[in-house]
Amino acid sequence: MNETLSKILGGKQGAIGLGILAALILVLLPLGLDPFRLGLVGKYLTYAFVAVSLVLLWGNGGILSLGQGIFFGLGGYAMAMFLKLEASDPVSTAIQSTPGIPDFMDWNQLTALPWFWEPFKSLPLTILAILIVPTLFAFLIGYAMFKRRVGGVYFAIITQAIALILSILIIGQQGYTGGVNGITDLKTLLGWDIRTDSAKYVLYYVNAALLIGCILLSRYVLSSKFGMLLLAMRDKEERVRFSGYDVSNFKIFIFCLSAMISAIGGAMFTLQVGFMSPTFIGIVPSIEMVIFAAVGGRMSLIGAVYGTLLVNAGKTMFSETYPELWLFLMGGLFIAVVMFFPNGLAGIYDKYAKKVPFLRKLSEESPKARKAETVLVETKEAGVKA
Amino acid sequence: MSKTNRRQFITKAGALMGAMLAAGIVSGSAYAADFATAKVNTTKLAVTDTTVKVGILHSSTGTMAISETGSIQAEKLAIAQINAMGGVLGRKIEVVQEDGASDWPTFAEKSKKLLEKDKVAAVFGCWTSASRKAVLPVFEKDNGLLFYPTFYEGLEQSKNVFYTGQEATQQILAGLDWIAKEKKAKTFYLIGSDYIWPRTSMKIARKHIEQHLGGKVVGEEYIALGDTQFGSVINKIKLKKPDVIYAAVVGGSNVAWFKQLNAAGLNSKKQNMLTISVTEDEVLGIGGENLEGFYSAMKYFQSLKNANNEKFVAEFKKMWGPKAVIGDVTQAAYLGPWLWKAAVERAGSFDVDKAVAALPGYEFKEAPEGYVKVDSNHHLESKLRVGKWLANGQAEVVYESDLIKPDPFPKGYQ
Repeated sequence: MNETLSKILGGKQGAIGLGILAALILVLLPLGLDPFRLGLVGKYLTYAFVAVSLVLLWGNGGILSLGQGIFFGLGGYAMAMFLKLEASDPVSTAIQSTPGIPDFMDWNQLTALPWFWEPFKSLPLTILAILIVPTLFAFLIGYAMFKRRVGGVYFAIITQAIALILSILIIGQQGYTGGVNGITDLKTLLGWDIRTDSAKYVLYYVNAALLIGCILLSRYVLSSKFGMLLLAMRDKEERVRFSGYDVSNFKIFIFCLSAMISAIGGAMFTLQVGFMSPTFIGIVPSIEMVIFAAVGGRMSLIGAVYGTLLVNAGKTMFSETYPELWLFLMGGLFIAVVMFFPNGLAGIYDKYAKKVPFLRKLSEESPKARKAETVLVETKEAGVKA
Repeated sequence: MSKTNRRQFITKAGALMGAMLAAGIVSGSAYAADFATAKVNTTKLAVTDTTVKVGILHSSTGTMAISETGSIQAEKLAIAQINAMGGVLGRKIEVVQEDGASDWPTFAEKSKKLLEKDKVAAVFGCWTSASRKAVLPVFEKDNGLLFYPTFYEGLEQSKNVFYTGQEATQQILAGLDWIAKEKKAKTFYLIGSDYIWPRTSMKIARKHIEQHLGGKVVGEEYIALGDTQFGSVINKIKLKKPDVIYAAVVGGSNVAWFKQLNAAGLNSKKQNMLTISVTEDEVLGIGGENLEGFYSAMKYFQSLKNANNEKFVAEFKKMWGPKAVIGDVTQAAYLGPWLWKAAVERAGSFDVDKAVAALPGYEFKEAPEGYVKVDSNHHLESKLRVGKWLANGQAEVVYESDLIKPDPFPKGYQ
């Protein structure tokens, strides 16, 4: 294996873990589940983007954001605006006072499309918006916070406040945003009906491929020198700063990257579920997404995906079987995970994998948990050499 | 049923009874034999020779649970009563209940599950407009059938939905006419929670006040859902001294709204108020003493005096306890299963297309609210009542309109 490739895959063990995940979501689940259940898995996998982004940001960077819903929502809304404009052609909206604008604008006495909706008439601009708007927003927040050395609990609280503000703004401006109902009744993407079973399969695979792509990208970032610095920063921020690195720039970068990954998840959510609403932006969903990452193990990119799948499958199953009791069962699950497996699913794997000879051999080959100090020394030396 | 049919029915029923006795099964489904499953169910719904599955989809958890619980109870009561009468086309109704958890995406997911996995013949559910908007595309794509109980803003008419509550014009116009005449009101202050239903309702109310009543709107305010600070609004109201406050404040905000009004001295002796968002369910939380003397415009109050309603209230309390109260939406939810039964029996089929086609024109004379007729636009023709709240949490009906035709897309009010 050449070096870059091995870096991206995370060594032999990483490659096997990824291979198992890929086999599960690309082959086993599509074969074993009917279209309805597979659609649910597709929806859960869009949340996994956020969980992966939190592994980067929180697990490795030590920056806890309780507002990842902001970026998931921005990506989702950008996609929804494009689809809504396509669904609001003058013919199908002929009964409105002003045909050709989205229905909720008409209900709110708007008579023309607001200017900021105009770019969403074009798909390329929409895709750009999905990638750039959340990243730019993260940059602004990150710049304002990290340059002033705001971190830890304060940063978490501020992200939470921003999530709340944004959801209130969207609910309040219902003529422009669809308000509390969200943007609903999305039908086609460039004339292609996204509601059919075949479309669901295509979207599922696109989504799964993008997710694996994001995991590979994250692996690459984490395995680089930057990734080591990130770990060092998490454990001993002052030392990294005194070693001459500009810590705030690294933090801003990882925050922007996590925002972009979350936004891709949001856009895929809208495509698969067919609507977007402010319920995904507020505080509760943002915290839920942190729980997904925590259940999976906040250090493990792949664990985050399993964590998301497990929590959501539990939610669906419990609520189908016990409609009156399921919230208590979910609460019990979270308490059990935190009490008995503080490192989440990945922690369980690490603990018990060592007992299986084959797996132990693998894990010895790629020592994973290096202490921050050693990492720092190594990187510093690498920096000196370079 | 024609003569031949009846004779065939008796022969078939006899044969079936014999077969059943032989198999040791005793069941009341003899009538079902007249409607072979293959014939009444051509679209692969969950219909067997003895049962039919329907879905109930409301929030039993989350902020909306307090409002939606009444609807679940009413739907279960209606289904139990229908089953006691022998079911629908001889088939017992089985309920698949799902929790929307006050969360619109969950509603969409669960409706998809009910239609695609459980193949239910009809769904009784949703409460907020947002949840209905979230499930609507699912029902239209999977060709499901939804009975929606809440009074709502209108501006919608789907082939796959029957709206058993009132749309905005049915609830607003007659009530405003009444209070303008009764209280000689000229100035109105509009206040509502900030989402689609209050905003659309106020738009219609404003047009009606300005164009038909010759009145004036002296203020229009919207407060965020769940907000509990009414101080500044109450000060503005004190300054403007409107003849009538016209209110559509929903959920938990209601408690704060009425308590703060009272604390500011604006009780019903000094201020008229007509609300379109307070039913017996909300009064439980607000406390009757806090809104004694104010008015609500609804199509149903628990205190309605007619034989249908007295029977309904008695059976509701028998099933759900003597303390249960019944609000407007609860009654509308109760209509759902009965209307669906009528649709299926008029069509002689569980197929959604046939049932949908058969229902318009149907008159339901056993409705607790007295009488409703299903209009071709899938809404109900019904009466509007104005109730004056008493300290014990019940309303005294002081006005009853004629039957009002539903008009979800009102001309001149858009």
